Amino acid sequence: MSVKYQQLLVVDPAKCTGCEICEAACSFAHEGKFMALNSRIQRIRIEPVINYAMSCQFCTDPPCVAVCPQKCMAKDERTGVIHVDEDKCDGCSFCIRVCPFGAISLHTTRKKAILCDLCESTEEREPQCIKYCPKEAISLKPVNALSQEARREQVLALIKGIEKETKEPQKEEGAAKA
Amino acid sequence: MVKGYIGKVAKINLTKDKVEVGSLPEEYLRDYIGGYGFGAKTLWDELKPGIDPLSPDNILIVNIGPFPGTYLPTSSKYGVFAKSPLTGIFGMAISSGSVGQQMRQAGLQQIQFYGKASKPVYLFVDDGDIQIHDAKDMWGKLDSWQTEDRIREEYHDERIGVAAIGKAGERLSHIACITNDRNRQAGRTGMGAVMGSKNLKALAFRGTHEVEVAKPKEWKALALDLIKRANGPATLKYRDLGTPINTLNFQKLGCLPVDNFREGTSDQAIDISGEVMAEKWVIKKAACSCCPIACDHLCLAREGPYKGSISSVDFESLFALGCCSGVYDMNAIIKAIEMCDRDGIDTISGGICVAFAMEAYEKGYLTREDCGGVDLKFGNGDGMVSFVDQMCSRSTKAGELLSDGTRFAAQKIGKDAMNFAMHSKGLELPGYHLSALKTAALGFAVSIRGGCHLRNGAYSPDVKGTFDRFKEDKADERAKEVKKVEDNYAIIDSYIICKFTRGIYKNDDEMAQVYELVTGFPLDGKQMNKVGERIVNLSKCFNIREGWKREDDGLPERFFSEPQTKGPSKGVVIDRKGFEGMKSAYYAARGWDEDGIPTKEKLKELGLDFVIGKLK
Repeated sequence: MSVKYQQLLVVDPAKCTGCEICEAACSFAHEGKFMALNSRIQRIRIEPVINYAMSCQFCTDPPCVAVCPQKCMAKDERTGVIHVDEDKCDGCSFCIRVCPFGAISLHTTRKKAILCDLCESTEEREPQCIKYCPKEAISLKPVNALSQEARREQVLALIKGIEKETKEPQKEEGAAKA
Repeated sequence: MVKGYIGKVAKINLTKDKVEVGSLPEEYLRDYIGGYGFGAKTLWDELKPGIDPLSPDNILIVNIGPFPGTYLPTSSKYGVFAKSPLTGIFGMAISSGSVGQQMRQAGLQQIQFYGKASKPVYLFVDDGDIQIHDAKDMWGKLDSWQTEDRIREEYHDERIGVAAIGKAGERLSHIACITNDRNRQAGRTGMGAVMGSKNLKALAFRGTHEVEVAKPKEWKALALDLIKRANGPATLKYRDLGTPINTLNFQKLGCLPVDNFREGTSDQAIDISGEVMAEKWVIKKAACSCCPIACDHLCLAREGPYKGSISSVDFESLFALGCCSGVYDMNAIIKAIEMCDRDGIDTISGGICVAFAMEAYEKGYLTREDCGGVDLKFGNGDGMVSFVDQMCSRSTKAGELLSDGTRFAAQKIGKDAMNFAMHSKGLELPGYHLSALKTAALGFAVSIRGGCHLRNGAYSPDVKGTFDRFKEDKADERAKEVKKVEDNYAIIDSYIICKFTRGIYKNDDEMAQVYELVTGFPLDGKQMNKVGERIVNLSKCFNIREGWKREDDGLPERFFSEPQTKGPSKGVVIDRKGFEGMKSAYYAARGWDEDGIPTKEKLKELGLDFVIGKLK
């Protein structure tokens, strides 16, 4: 698997408003019709304030692939995307039961397993949820970039703490003078 | 074949427990577009004139337009229509959240409820399967939030769209609303009471009906553009500080209703400003289905007895339960909004009713005992919270009175109470002090559903300075402006989309184009606004058939004779003669006679021939 393609669809819960436009864009791009239940990304709202959108996390050793009795699911080692051979899929839903992220759905009319393919199969060939998300809450990031970002944030927080410690006494001095 | 629309109507007779499903004719869809248009046409055709709004004779109509399910910005909306118990005329209330989209997925364009169920029930439309279920475990026990949770839990599906009433609707409060997705309400004109009168606790929807559009390729491109624009400068106000940005803006103009509209400014306005709210109270901004804006500013009560309460705070709820009642304690306001939403009363009418009760209490027309022992003076936040409950549950003499709105309460109290009952045609006024906004005074007075800022947005030319807001001059120009916007707003309410997106369209032709791309029916801007004019006229005719008279297009006496005593609008009142002149100009601009009755020629021009001869 190439480093370049170890990517994840990342949703920022601070930016996500739960508007479901990703679902509309996804189903329309894949099916040519709007039907939120056939979206490969699904909005979740936990009252009162949590909003998020969940899709395939491209597991390294995907349980859906392992469990499929029809052997109709396969992971593309180059892109990480898990493909479903719809000719073989009989809709048994074993994959749905084992997916720890709830990222697989059963198509409402075809009754086949559907999950995120990063819009490979669509005319646009790039993730439509990212393109249509009004809040820019969704992005496609290499796994390495994610860990780099996390490290960076932690270091910045640490530096801030150090700065705070060194600056605060000065502030007090100023206040005393005033 | 028509796209976008699902086109199915369910006629449900609750008395007979009978359901009939049919198809709406193509010309009905084309000539009346959706929401408001469908409500106007079906109520005109089906409702017997002169009936008691809370009797089984009333018809409750639920409509969507052609757009729910698509990603047209703010398209997941539904409208509820009936003869209003609060105003006695055309009743309408619009809400968003997930219900419009779920109703579309469930496979219905319209529901008509007739009669009254013999016991409490709720409706579940499960992918086209229409079921009426027993609601005895909910009625009298669950508020609207709990009802929503209960139904979603029962069917193991958190995506079910649920619109429910609380105890206020069950007890037929004339200001009762319908709540969905916790924070969204079909709030105005007492539609929750009509549901209650039919023993109907909730409506629930889910399903798998797909939406096809007429021109997919063009639709993808235009919709993407509109989604981006809906997150651009035209909607910044709603996304950033939200509508509470109005508080300080209105303070500057002297049009912020304070102490039941006695004043237009307050020294404490800052405490309930959008600026302070953003800094101190907002914890999350959330969106309705397919809305790029996310205007719901969820606020958390942080201290005191209401600590932990969370509700969505917008300007209308904020002014009504806040400065209009003299209350500047955000903790109490957040709590009161949550109670209104859960127990099911409109926050605008509810807040104005609190303010009216406070003034009546001050004048000695209501005693402390009438108010359940509460010292209901202006500014008493805890008193305000308590009184909201007294109205919802009709638990005290004053709560019982105000549960049916200010006009009803003022009639019962007598004396000079009607002078400070802040309503028009029975509907409590929104947050604009009308002495300081003369175009708005006209627009709010002629509004089809009673005191309302959303029929024609007539405050806008005053605030923008298009007209002199302190004068009644240029009556013809003002009248034409009000008519023009009103026709367009009738389309927005029929599509149904949110008025917060009105600024994202380049022009009327583009607004019409979205309809054409989705449905396949050709439409341009001019034709579109003509349909809007048809809808306004038909709902007006409904009002006339119910006995509307020119003098009903009025405003509270306070605006004509009690000027504000301070601030930038100090000393200004509405001139009665100038006001009547603006009304005449408006009727003329509409092609109506001096009494406000549409002429035969106008009705013919609009394709409303079927109305001719039926207006008494």
